[in-house]
Amino acid sequence: MNYVIIGNSAAAIGAVEGIRQIDKESPITLISDEPYHTYSRPLISYYLAGKVSQEKMYYRKEDFYRANQVETILGVKATGLNTAERSVSLADGRSVGYDKLLLATGGKPFVPPNLDMSKQGMYSFIKLDDVKAVQQVAKPGSKTVIIGAGLIGLKAAEGLAKLGVDITVVELANRVLSAILDEEAAAFVQRNLEEHNVKFELNTTVEEILGGDKVSGVSLKNGKQLDCDFVIVAIGVVPNTDLAKGTDIVINRGIVVDEQMETNVPGVYAAGDVSEGYDLIYQAQRVLPILPNAYQQGENAGKNMAGEKSAYKGGFAMNAIGFFDYPMITAGIIKPEGDEFESLIASDPAGKSYKKIVLRDDVIVGFIYLNKVDRAGIITGLIKEQATVKAFKQSILRDDFGYINFPVTERKAKMLKGGRTA
Amino acid sequence: MKRVYAKEEYCVGCRVCEVHCIVAHSDYKNDIVKAFKKQNPRPLPRILVEENRPISFALQCRHCEDAPCTKACITGAMQKDPETGVVTNEESRCVGCWTCILACPYGAISRNEQGKKVASKCDLCSDLGYTPACVKNCPNNALVFEER
Repeated sequence: MNYVIIGNSAAAIGAVEGIRQIDKESPITLISDEPYHTYSRPLISYYLAGKVSQEKMYYRKEDFYRANQVETILGVKATGLNTAERSVSLADGRSVGYDKLLLATGGKPFVPPNLDMSKQGMYSFIKLDDVKAVQQVAKPGSKTVIIGAGLIGLKAAEGLAKLGVDITVVELANRVLSAILDEEAAAFVQRNLEEHNVKFELNTTVEEILGGDKVSGVSLKNGKQLDCDFVIVAIGVVPNTDLAKGTDIVINRGIVVDEQMETNVPGVYAAGDVSEGYDLIYQAQRVLPILPNAYQQGENAGKNMAGEKSAYKGGFAMNAIGFFDYPMITAGIIKPEGDEFESLIASDPAGKSYKKIVLRDDVIVGFIYLNKVDRAGIITGLIKEQATVKAFKQSILRDDFGYINFPVTERKAKMLKGGRTA
Repeated sequence: MKRVYAKEEYCVGCRVCEVHCIVAHSDYKNDIVKAFKKQNPRPLPRILVEENRPISFALQCRHCEDAPCTKACITGAMQKDPETGVVTNEESRCVGCWTCILACPYGAISRNEQGKKVASKCDLCSDLGYTPACVKNCPNNALVFEER
């Protein structure tokens, strides 16, 4: 058996670990256009703020490839895929054959056509090379416009604020972090960011990038004009399906996979941000570009590639993030629309904390924990189990909510079963 | 693997397990007074007593077979030892993002913000030859360390 993995981030590493749980011997070749040892993409904002060195960004230890007998081809882009011949062609002219292939090519930044990325001073904020480039221009007193108040945009803002950069974040939605927070929680977070000198322009978008070869500012739909030295485009990420295009592999928004993470083409698997797997809450195929999902999909793909029939029953959106020591954990449906949902809310503006639990037929389908994030995973676990919480619904928002509130048989079954979570 | 199991029928909620967990993770593993008086900041307990009279029990990391915290960890700091099965957090690589807290279905990981932010959790007293201090010191034998 000859395994080939395209990609070198969470899904790819998960696949290596998944394969090696089953098959300790067969060769694995891992190909990435990035020249680096596997690193954690979410850490790039920490790197920018000087909180971690490049070595501390490594997602696995330096001997990872050797210990797992992985042959790496790093810094070389995979440019073509021939599923009939089972081979991948590389930018340097080489061709690599496979028996089982994993596409773990991740996401790429979404850039609308009116944003001219060829201008000097235009940046994305996804990869290590992106942040290294931003670092060159992020001088104290310099000015930036960040387009997008999502996870990436605001993490970039936090890192840049610590460097003394003057920041304005432009967001089309009516609030920050609209994918993971409702209006009330978003207002808390926005206020906290504003206290750290991050400015916002909400309900509007960038119409045009100003300047000649080099960025000098942006004009907004709301009529305002902002001067800046550089722009970070953080509107969103779309699956990087380039390699699968023009093949028989079925692509919807992402590469469509089954529970084994296999595509419609036998022997070809996909995992992570490039793929479109099952969402347990929405009960549909969805792209879920979050690291925990990428790792688990990758690990499951690896096991199946190595011959074990293993099903990943699906994931759902979940995020733990914080800005300036203000943490939040959210998952699933956080702003329900429809009569079938019930929301339990505990808001404490003085303590800057907010909790919201969203239920559908007494089953939790989403939550927001802002500032008070401890033991949030109990809620995540209840979502995953699709368990009815009717018996202890009135206790869930309590700060000391825990296993003590579960019915005794359920509590004992969970706590005493010996660490099997599945 | 051997794990710590709570017998809630025997737990009186005295929190002696928390005290000895603190000692076991201090620089003074054999001196309860020094651990509490000398070490600053005082280590956090990695065991949690849940209480709602008359019921109480202690809870700590279950060292899950399929540990969700290790799969969710964004830095690779949280790992399950393939030999011993013990889940530990390599604190030098942890950035305190709390994704493990999001993932842990037992609520058994806590935030340590005493210095650099790191996730804090039970390590089954790996420094003490894997004889968990909470079990050893429970006055009512409400905690057992065994294979199930």
